[in-house]
Amino acid sequence: MKLAELAKRSGSWLQGEGPLAGIVISSRVRLARNLAGYPFLSRCDHQQKLEIQEFLRQQTSELATAEPLEYINIDEAEALDQQLLVERHLISRQHAEANGARGMAYSASEKISIMINEEDHLRLQALQPGLRLDEAWQEVDALDDLFEAKMDYAFSSRLGYLTACPTNVGTGIRVSVMLHLPGLKMSGQMEKVIRSARDMHLAVRGLHGEGTQAAGDFYQVSNQRTLGASEQQIIDEFKNGVVPRIVDYEQKTRDKLLTEHAHFVDDKAFRALGTLQNARTISSEESLELLSHLRMGVTLDRVSGLKLDTLNELFLRTQAAHLQQIENRTMSAEERGVARAKYIRQELNPN
Amino acid sequence: MLCQRCSKNEATIHITEVSNGEHQESHLCEQCAEADGTVIKTPTNINQLLSSFIMAHSGVAELAELSCPECGLSFLEFRQHGLLGCPNDYEVFEQPLDGLLTRVHGEDTHHVGKVPARGGTQQKRNMKLLRLRRELAGAVESEEYEKAAELRDRIKEFEKQ
Repeated sequence: MKLAELAKRSGSWLQGEGPLAGIVISSRVRLARNLAGYPFLSRCDHQQKLEIQEFLRQQTSELATAEPLEYINIDEAEALDQQLLVERHLISRQHAEANGARGMAYSASEKISIMINEEDHLRLQALQPGLRLDEAWQEVDALDDLFEAKMDYAFSSRLGYLTACPTNVGTGIRVSVMLHLPGLKMSGQMEKVIRSARDMHLAVRGLHGEGTQAAGDFYQVSNQRTLGASEQQIIDEFKNGVVPRIVDYEQKTRDKLLTEHAHFVDDKAFRALGTLQNARTISSEESLELLSHLRMGVTLDRVSGLKLDTLNELFLRTQAAHLQQIENRTMSAEERGVARAKYIRQELNPN
Repeated sequence: MLCQRCSKNEATIHITEVSNGEHQESHLCEQCAEADGTVIKTPTNINQLLSSFIMAHSGVAELAELSCPECGLSFLEFRQHGLLGCPNDYEVFEQPLDGLLTRVHGEDTHHVGKVPARGGTQQKRNMKLLRLRRELAGAVESEEYEKAAELRDRIKEFEKQ
């Protein structure tokens, strides 16, 4: 388990310092790129995949990034290391579970990461805490320039960056924000939000992206359109239109809940706190749900003495691979339940 | 208004049925309407989008025969998996892809974003490389090692240019 050190700290993108941090957990911008002169991955044989991986690994190691990038060979990595990277949003679940030559690299702050041979040859990602899409775009744009100076991308003047899936063609950009929406969930309005987001050509997904459940009331909202608009247009639309609207809706719903049903909000938060401070074994589903209620209580100043950072960190480090990395052994679900409860008690009980 | 069937979710689908001159209204949520067969979920993934597009397209037979000379991918294979095989597929499948691109990205399907500083100038060279690499893979597959070695040298030579 090479990545045990990573498990012991919190990603800097999770520190509750960003704009609108009570609701917007993080902002992410990723770019999809492919090397010219090679088939896309579904048509690459083993040798070609190896060549692409080796070439991009080499190029990555020579990039003049502000922070050095650490390379991990995902094909050879242990399952727990792969899973840890998924839990930290540094690689996709698909990338962890795939077969064949593939890799990733990340900066120590985890604000920059890349995937090699996922769906496209190269995927670049910038992650920032809170609502900071401009910063994330600038970071990933600069990283893209560094790569591009060393290689030819598959590009056409008509369709832009050519990607394995036509849903990414053009800019290859995926802008997404991770939102914590317990108010809308509690008041049964999430369905409505998801429907109207879809009408605006946005995708709403769960905690770990495509095909995952919205655990702990976390939702990832991202753009679908990648062609026919510039990167900046796509980001601006997101930053000025979609996100503030959902955030405002969540805020108003929380305020309303507080004005009309304060006892209800308090009850949820303090029951959660009570259970989390005392449980002797707890599943990840239950802890996510309770941490979500507690987080809402903290952001509404109903529960004092707890920091948002502590809670954000708990969300991260109570996940299965994190627990096992911290304890440095593989554990059964039962053992994880006990370890999770113990860790939460330590963090939430003073002394 | 709550769904008449489950009384849990908000009713978003409102149906008026007319039989024998009588109007009957029902108000359902998406799930109940779907369970009823009244509503078909909007296509969300690319395979569904493509299938419905192909159905609507008259030249089904022609499409079935379309395949890329560079990577060998046929349009039907693309339809099944949703992933293209090489950059050249965008040219070969230009027509059938057009409808899909419009559905996903809107009417304007011309790239207006970032352009790589060295982009576009090398397209011909890149196609040649793509072809040589395909031949190399074929030679290795059929155990023609001499030919493979020769192709490997040509690719190396070509990459230097």
